[in-house]
Amino acid sequence: MVPLSYYLVLSAILFGLGVTGFLVKRNIITLFMSIELMLNAVNLSFVAFAAHWGALSGHVYVFFVMVVAAAEAAVGLAIIIAVFRTRQTLNVDRVNLLKL
Amino acid sequence: MLHQVLFFFFAAVCVAGALNLLFQRHPINSALSLIVVMGSLAVLYLLLGAEFVAAIQVIVYAGAIMVLFIFVIMLLNAGEEEHAGGSRVAAVLGYPAVALLVGLAAWSVVRSSGSAGLKLGGFVGSTEGIGYLLFRGFLLPFEVTSVLILIAIMGAVVLARKED
Repeated sequence: MVPLSYYLVLSAILFGLGVTGFLVKRNIITLFMSIELMLNAVNLSFVAFAAHWGALSGHVYVFFVMVVAAAEAAVGLAIIIAVFRTRQTLNVDRVNLLKL
Repeated sequence: MLHQVLFFFFAAVCVAGALNLLFQRHPINSALSLIVVMGSLAVLYLLLGAEFVAAIQVIVYAGAIMVLFIFVIMLLNAGEEEHAGGSRVAAVLGYPAVALLVGLAAWSVVRSSGSAGLKLGGFVGSTEGIGYLLFRGFLLPFEVTSVLILIAIMGAVVLARKED
């Protein structure tokens, strides 16, 4: 028997690592992967709560999160390709045209 | 007992994969460690009785989405990340801030949920039940997601198209 809080703490740790990766990494593709990590952390807490309350709707919400993640990955990677075509770099520090 | 052993093993694999994602400099190594994280999360979903979610986690996330990532990494021939001189303020304030955030979330969760335990096999979410929910109560959101996917496909095609 594993307490519900263990799963939620693991979810919080994964979310924190995702936030850290988003802020620390400079490669735009790795930033995207950090966002996926955060979405996965949220999915874990959805499933844990579904098991705790015996409610299936948590699983349906995970399904919707995955759909949004897939759409986001498709559009985001297309944007990355467009950025690379015009700027010839994947480093977010060099994509600074709007910066003062 | 079995539940605890499996939980701690795959939770450790999960956290190690996420840490490896941060420490690797080459994006392809980060992508592969993210696949490890997703695979072990699928096992945790199985422990929680979410069979359908575990299956689509492996098929859609670790399969389709990560293949898309790796495809783009190889298409753009992404090399090693350039080392940016991170500011000292970020190192001194940023990491403790994230640790504080995680600690606060963990503390509030542990305090409020008490010791309510989850039994192995105590709750099994059947695919049939999810189908009933999806096509009855959640029918409108389900249809909206199909439109969302369609718009995402069109957006990806338009954005990645070659300019002529």
